[in-house]
Amino acid sequence: MSQIEQDERFPKSPATGDVSPCWSCKEPLAARALFCHACGAVQPAGNLDHFTRLGVPRSFDVDGDKVEKQYLGFQRVLHPDRFVAKTAKERAIAESQAVSMNEAYETLKDPLRRAAYLLKLAGRNAAVSHDQTVNDPALLMEAMEAREQLSEAASVDEVEQLQVEAGAKAIDLIAQLSRAFAAEDYDRADTLATRFKYLRKYLEETRARRVALEDSAAEDAE
Amino acid sequence: MTTTLLQIHEPGETPEPHQAETGIAIGIDLGTTNSVAAIATDGKPEILRDKEGDGLVPSVVSYSDSLPVVGREAVIQQMRRPEAVVSSVKRLMGRGAADLKSLSGTVPYEIHGDQQVGMVRLKVAGRVLSPVEVSADILRAIKARAETALGHDVNRAVITVPAYFDDAARTATKDAAKLAGLDVLRLVNEPTAAALAYGLDRGAEGLYAIYDLGGGTFDISLLRLQQGVFQVLATGGDAALGGDDFDHALAEAALKSLRRETPTLVEAKNLLLAARRAKEILTERESTEIFGSIHGHEFRQAVDRVAFEKLIEPMVAKTLKACRQVLEDAGVQASEVRGVVLVGGSTRVPLVRRMVARFFGREPLADINPDEVVAAGAALQAEALTRGGETLLLDVIPLSLGIETVGGIVEKVIDRNTPIPVAKAQEFTTYQDGQTGMQIHIVQGERETVDACRSLGRFELTGIPPMTAGAARIRITFAVDADGLLTVGAQEKTTGVKAEIAVKPSYGLGEDEMADMLRDSLTHAREDMERRLLIEARVEAERMLLALDAALKSDGKLISPEARQAIDAAAQKLRSTLSGDDRDRIGAAVEALEKASHSFAQVRMDRAMGQALKGHSLDEVEASMATDRAE
Repeated sequence: MSQIEQDERFPKSPATGDVSPCWSCKEPLAARALFCHACGAVQPAGNLDHFTRLGVPRSFDVDGDKVEKQYLGFQRVLHPDRFVAKTAKERAIAESQAVSMNEAYETLKDPLRRAAYLLKLAGRNAAVSHDQTVNDPALLMEAMEAREQLSEAASVDEVEQLQVEAGAKAIDLIAQLSRAFAAEDYDRADTLATRFKYLRKYLEETRARRVALEDSAAEDAE
Repeated sequence: MTTTLLQIHEPGETPEPHQAETGIAIGIDLGTTNSVAAIATDGKPEILRDKEGDGLVPSVVSYSDSLPVVGREAVIQQMRRPEAVVSSVKRLMGRGAADLKSLSGTVPYEIHGDQQVGMVRLKVAGRVLSPVEVSADILRAIKARAETALGHDVNRAVITVPAYFDDAARTATKDAAKLAGLDVLRLVNEPTAAALAYGLDRGAEGLYAIYDLGGGTFDISLLRLQQGVFQVLATGGDAALGGDDFDHALAEAALKSLRRETPTLVEAKNLLLAARRAKEILTERESTEIFGSIHGHEFRQAVDRVAFEKLIEPMVAKTLKACRQVLEDAGVQASEVRGVVLVGGSTRVPLVRRMVARFFGREPLADINPDEVVAAGAALQAEALTRGGETLLLDVIPLSLGIETVGGIVEKVIDRNTPIPVAKAQEFTTYQDGQTGMQIHIVQGERETVDACRSLGRFELTGIPPMTAGAARIRITFAVDADGLLTVGAQEKTTGVKAEIAVKPSYGLGEDEMADMLRDSLTHAREDMERRLLIEARVEAERMLLALDAALKSDGKLISPEARQAIDAAAQKLRSTLSGDDRDRIGAAVEALEKASHSFAQVRMDRAMGQALKGHSLDEVEASMATDRAE
């Protein structure tokens, strides 16, 4: 069994005028309505893009506080805990709504996932979304050197220093990504996002390395 | 605004679905050492106590020829006939024989047979019992206590589980409740429940760490509290580390210094009890003694706090390592944490308090009884779920979920700390020409190889049409609900062949076993379910009729008299079925009415569409959504 690819279907946001019937009472509703204004039944999640779903403008520079606020606001009314006394069908619909909200939130709050998602929305078959080898010799060289440095780091302090440096790089990459998306330079954004992905992996490795060094230091102390 | 003194309903009309049968729901902390029940009224939790005012029911069950005995009496039996008494059974929930080997020496049970698959079985007083049955006996006792305290039946509960419990242990807990005749409204993670009780009591806002060290499990959760929302940012822990291990360390140290041979099972159990008492005394005093006997030779062994702390220090250090991981997972510094709440009886150990305080750089909070705070939180959640409320718990999945791929490598599908409920789909393909089946092995854990993770279950997708390797497209969906329980489905996309399982097999109870136990326990689960479905069908039908009446009143002129007649006839037919108890008849009448009113709905849709296209701005739609939400 081998993986081929993630599902590539993308939701198209419904036009403002789209109307569909309430599943429960058939009242005509705006396709984006969360609840039926006639019978109060919660409505299915539907195909909305994550930005539309959370009601924030589509941009790489999302307002983190706004995302947070919108997410909590929607979960307050859509979380399955609000539907314990309702029918099985309504409970299932509420759950699908909460699932969609969680997915939108997880995608938008993380710069790497957000970048990959924006590239998909832009219709790009972005390299950042695939596990294939990247065509960026400079990046591969850099990654190799960074790993070598990490494996040579002999103390917790040294690893922490490397972590600080990598953290600064991450901040710089986010700023560059923001500029690339603002300029609609998607090739550049894809390259940057791929670099960011490598940096993430590297940060994970520094963390593992630090824990290993701490453990061996603790054993020596005993 | 006037106050309604009396609400009048039409006969047979229920304002809310099955409000009549719901009644109240309690919160239960089903602990390794002790269990506690509580009930909340208007946001005030109250622990349900016995006549002596004791809220703790020891999670100990004594078996004999007559009914099982639970609690304090069973603890007394433990000294007399240890072979007939089971304690700390929570550590075995959803565990297999292989897991037990890794816990060897820490479980004073006699294990039945050499079962290689499924959950372990215990040999107790000549009976063979699963941990689920023992837990069900504890829950029955709790249920009875609540019913005595409240003066009426209790059928619904929120039950807490360690945040770090995997899918098998969660399922086992839910199964135990079912056997005990309890409908589980929600499984809530223990630290989250504690945060709820604590946060509501104090009006706390900001980042809080809940350090929960119980008898057999350790959890650490980091939560953000804001305006009634309790959002778990990250969680971690160890499902097999707790105060029991402190007892074991003490008992083993005593045996070692005595250089005696292995004690009998009875003596080992008594020694563990003596060690536990010594541990508790060492919280208040600097030194004490452990009394015991080995093969009839009595002994006493002095132990002081310094020596005890040296024994348990590595275990406490292990908990702090988990704390560190959780902070890093959430991307938070220890200094940003506004408060550290201590939960679980084992946090009374002075060394635990000192080490936690040093790690977080602040004195931890323990002003709510650490033995009762979890049950109080569960009760608050039970009230919020049944009566409605402003608070909301947003929890996460504690351990990553994945499937086995070629070479025993784990492909992660859902990462740990992802908010639940969550559903993720991933596509896989065949690797052999003409391959018609596929085994899907689901695992839970953080490691990259299957062997190092925990097996949750396997299922088989069959009937894939023969194709060349790589041509089939199999979409596997993982769905984790708000209880943290997993359902996996698989579908071959070119043919639509489906397979769906609730993950159970690896360490769960088989369907048949569960069915037998259910029969034995004389619960009326099926009748309850049938009744519930009937009530739901009625409520849905009534809602449909109400909506239709309103639509006819405003838009009835849009349709022909013949069409109107057909709708009225179908509606009348549906009304007549509502007084009966036949769910299928109601369902059929609903379908007939939907058919009869289809064109009416269509006409209304077209009209609404026409109006919408006349040009409503995005803002208007958003405004209408906002008002919908506000309702």
